[in-house]
Amino acid sequence: MTLGFYPGCSLKGSSREYAESVLALAKAFDINLEEINDWNCCGATAAHNMNKELSLALPTRILSLAEKQGLKEIVVPCAACYSRLTVTKHELAEDSALCSAVTESNGLEYTGSVSVLNVVQFLDKYITPNLEGKVVKPFDHKVACYYGCLLVRPHEILKFDREEDPQSLDTLMLKSGATPIDWAFKTECCGAGLSVSRTSSVGRLSGKIIGDAKDRGAETVIVACPMCHSNLDMRRDAINSYLGEKIDIPVLYITQAIGLAIGLDRKELGLQRHFVKVTV
Amino acid sequence: MSKIGVFVCHCGENISATVDCARVAETAGNYDGVAFSVDYKYMCSDPGQNLIKNAIKEQGLTGVVVASCSPRMHEPTFRKACAEAGLNPFMCEMANLREHCSWVHEKGEATTEKAIDLVRILVEKVKYNHSLNEIKVPVTKTALVIGGGIAGIQASLDIANTGHKVILIEKDPSIGGHMSQLSETFPTLDCSQCILTPRMVEVAQHPNITLYTYAELESLEGFIGNFKAKIRRKSKSIDEKLCTGCGLCTTKCPVKKIPSEFNEGLGKRTAIYVPFPQAVPNKPVIDRANCTYYIKGKCKVCEIVCPTGAIRFDQEDQIMEVEIGAIVIATGFTVKQPDFFPEYGYGKFPDVITGLQFERLASASGPTLGEIRRPSDGKIPEKIVFLACAGSRDPAKGIPYCSKICCMYIAKHAMLYQHKVHGGKSYVFYMDIRAGGKQYEEFVRRAIEDDGVNYVRGRVSRIYEKNGKLIVAGVDTLLNAMPVEIDADMVVLATAGVANEGAEELAQKLHVSYDPYKFFAEAHPKLKPVETNTAGIFLAGACQAPRDIPESVAMASGAAVKVAALFSKDELTREPIIAVVNRQAPPVYSSCVGCFLCVSACPYQAIEKEEIKNRNGEVIKSIAKVNPGLCQGCGTCVAFCRTKSIDIQGYTNEQMYTEVMALLNEY
Ligand SMILES: Cc1cc2nc3c(=O)[nH]c(=O)nc-3n(C[C@H](O)[C@H](O)[C@H](O)COP(=O)(O)OP(=O)(O)OC[C@H]3O[C@@H](n4cnc5c(N)ncnc54)[C@H](O)[C@@H]3O)c2cc1C
Ligand code: SF4
Ligand code: SF4
Repeated sequence: MTLGFYPGCSLKGSSREYAESVLALAKAFDINLEEINDWNCCGATAAHNMNKELSLALPTRILSLAEKQGLKEIVVPCAACYSRLTVTKHELAEDSALCSAVTESNGLEYTGSVSVLNVVQFLDKYITPNLEGKVVKPFDHKVACYYGCLLVRPHEILKFDREEDPQSLDTLMLKSGATPIDWAFKTECCGAGLSVSRTSSVGRLSGKIIGDAKDRGAETVIVACPMCHSNLDMRRDAINSYLGEKIDIPVLYITQAIGLAIGLDRKELGLQRHFVKVTV
Repeated sequence: MSKIGVFVCHCGENISATVDCARVAETAGNYDGVAFSVDYKYMCSDPGQNLIKNAIKEQGLTGVVVASCSPRMHEPTFRKACAEAGLNPFMCEMANLREHCSWVHEKGEATTEKAIDLVRILVEKVKYNHSLNEIKVPVTKTALVIGGGIAGIQASLDIANTGHKVILIEKDPSIGGHMSQLSETFPTLDCSQCILTPRMVEVAQHPNITLYTYAELESLEGFIGNFKAKIRRKSKSIDEKLCTGCGLCTTKCPVKKIPSEFNEGLGKRTAIYVPFPQAVPNKPVIDRANCTYYIKGKCKVCEIVCPTGAIRFDQEDQIMEVEIGAIVIATGFTVKQPDFFPEYGYGKFPDVITGLQFERLASASGPTLGEIRRPSDGKIPEKIVFLACAGSRDPAKGIPYCSKICCMYIAKHAMLYQHKVHGGKSYVFYMDIRAGGKQYEEFVRRAIEDDGVNYVRGRVSRIYEKNGKLIVAGVDTLLNAMPVEIDADMVVLATAGVANEGAEELAQKLHVSYDPYKFFAEAHPKLKPVETNTAGIFLAGACQAPRDIPESVAMASGAAVKVAALFSKDELTREPIIAVVNRQAPPVYSSCVGCFLCVSACPYQAIEKEEIKNRNGEVIKSIAKVNPGLCQGCGTCVAFCRTKSIDIQGYTNEQMYTEVMALLNEY
């Protein structure tokens, strides 16, 4: 089976291991993830803060290219890309004048026929139904599933999971043999783009997240967003200096955790690329 | 030959600003059969009415068309004016130039043309009007009050004190409603039970009030002055006549762990129970869903211990039929269950409670005997946080409206906490403080200034547990949106006030309307706040919108006056706008062929069969007959009748066709 694949910029750069683990997992389940040819940046935070039409035109181009390539469903692992693509689809469906303006500026046909799946939806639909029997090394750890701001918001548009107390990652991890903990910071902000401009704020915000996960006995934090990962993992020094203690709980992408459970190679899952050593 | 008068009103500028009233009057004056036509600034004023009266007398008018506002406003005025001048009031028609024309169109030729058409069709119609007489119906001078909260109690007492009979039904085992659960009440901090229980006792003892607790409305038929209600008296499983209320059964019942509804789950009760010590009536009921005997077929401890043999396990629900003339709905409200805020952890953290639960903690009759102790470990909380607007004013997740009572009861709660826990710290997170009401603002200021309650203007995003504390994470919008975190020992949510579950079904049973939030709808938001759209059915208290006690009581007294006014006459007059089956001279008698399709069509069961007999008493023909007392003039039967034998008086087929033809300029 073939599904479309939109990696977005992060998965080609700072979070290559996320791409690697998604692809490795897909391969293990005989799913071909076909990258969209000539894809562009989704616009991220910058575009929609500056120019609304541009912020819609960029994702629309991606969706148009996917249509052109004959793809029905595309997997978008980055939570921010997923949000931009889904919000764009929603806005264009709501406003036909806007839709024509945007498609015209792209010069590409757009019908809105492509479904956009985030990583949780992808796993839910194509991986977990066949997971049983494949789990060779149950991920037998206490995990804190962290959703961040974007994966489940805004609910009116995404219509996915519960926005204040989401459960989808927890359910997936439970199926992989883990014990998800109940904790308070599932959807608190990690500091996002302040990572570069105000690292100390990220230290504080992400520090509360890691601190609470540790206090409740988590052995791993599970994420589904490259931004969250880099703040919780790469900014661990800032976190530790805010907390005044050294916390070495690793942060894994959900695809890495499931990959480990089904016995995939650690290197194939890119575990060596993390800043905080993956000891689990 | 008809002699019709046309009276075109300017309604100040309401009509004349867009309609050329003089031209309307002038054009109408030229119609066949119009003997008099005039325009005037305010037709409803005394001089305006005199204009009509004089014209009737001087010109000998046979019909009148007043072209002004909606008949909902002034039809009674103009009909009365006609009657005073000796013209049958039903010879007066109104053309609605305001709501149907001037208010909804721009000034212009076409608008005036439309106004002329509206007048024209009524001029043609009125030529076919007949003198009609109002229908008199008797009034059953007993009121039904549904719901025994403070509103229902007040309404019952007020009606009963005017000398009329009242039947009060309450679905729970005791009357009292939410007020019986409250500790002290704003803005005076008087003890709720102390002011309520005397009223409850008065209800029980009043010779004019019949109280049925554990009872609900099953169905309702009829109309103002003449309702028939079926009431379901749910089985209490005891013989109330024998029960002395000694309470022995409730002490011996082995099922002791049922969360008490009265204590909002903070205390426990037995399966046979009296909800609270001051309950009226003070006699137990068996909660069959939790009683061991009904579940397992064994136990009957209460039967063994009851000294008077009052327990009746085989008692069944009883359906009672009563005749009543008016109804007051006083079924109150409920609070939204807070589980829809997973981020506040209600249900997960035992020390996150609702306002009603706090009332029970603060109440001397409550599970902690009035001491503020937290549910998890019974400790006295040193720091407590109150959250206003938990679900209110939240169009995204809760309800868009303001629940109105919470700002005040939160101030009360914080105050009570400060009075009871010396050295304790209390915080209130709020959006705005809504304290409109006599002495209300002063009350809130007292909480802040005298009792030192910390008011933080901002919302709370999350409550979580850490090191045995509840961390309340919010924002202070007066400190430039600074995030604040308070490590509290207990949190109280002011959950939104919402309509009762089942309010919709009750509204449908009663044929009254309800608003989008399922609160019962008043007939007019300003001028008819205690009436419903159904004549003879009134509203009191929080069933209409969230209301505090003073408002509920005021509404109840208002509704009671409406009922008393209705009962002050022996007969009611009703408009004769009802269906009639035509009657003709023998040998035809009526064009009705007796198919009785209309009988099944009528939604009010108002059509009966009538036998026409000859002098020897032999039945010649069976035809339909409309009961004028029951007919509501809906016209369904007219549409069904194959032989066109039924007409609505005042709106006959002939009149309707005439109007249409007039509009098509066929006259
Ligand atoms: C936490 C809290 C604190 C409050 N504190 C104050 C205060 O300090 N001061 C103040 O002025 N107000 C206060 N209020 C408001 C007060 O509770 C209401 O104003 C009052 O209860 C309204 O009275 P009611 O009779 O209209 O409704 P309710 O008290 O709700 O009574 C309605 C009654 O009708 C019965 N019923 C419902 N449906 C049916 C049915 N279908 N058939 C038969 N019976 C039915 C119910 O069982 C109930 O007994 C507070 C409210 C809350 C939630
Ligand atoms: S023991 Fe009998 S008399 Fe006493 S309260 Fe119970 S039912 Fe009534
Ligand atoms: S009364 Fe106050 S707390 Fe209650 S909903 Fe209105 S504003 Fe919010």
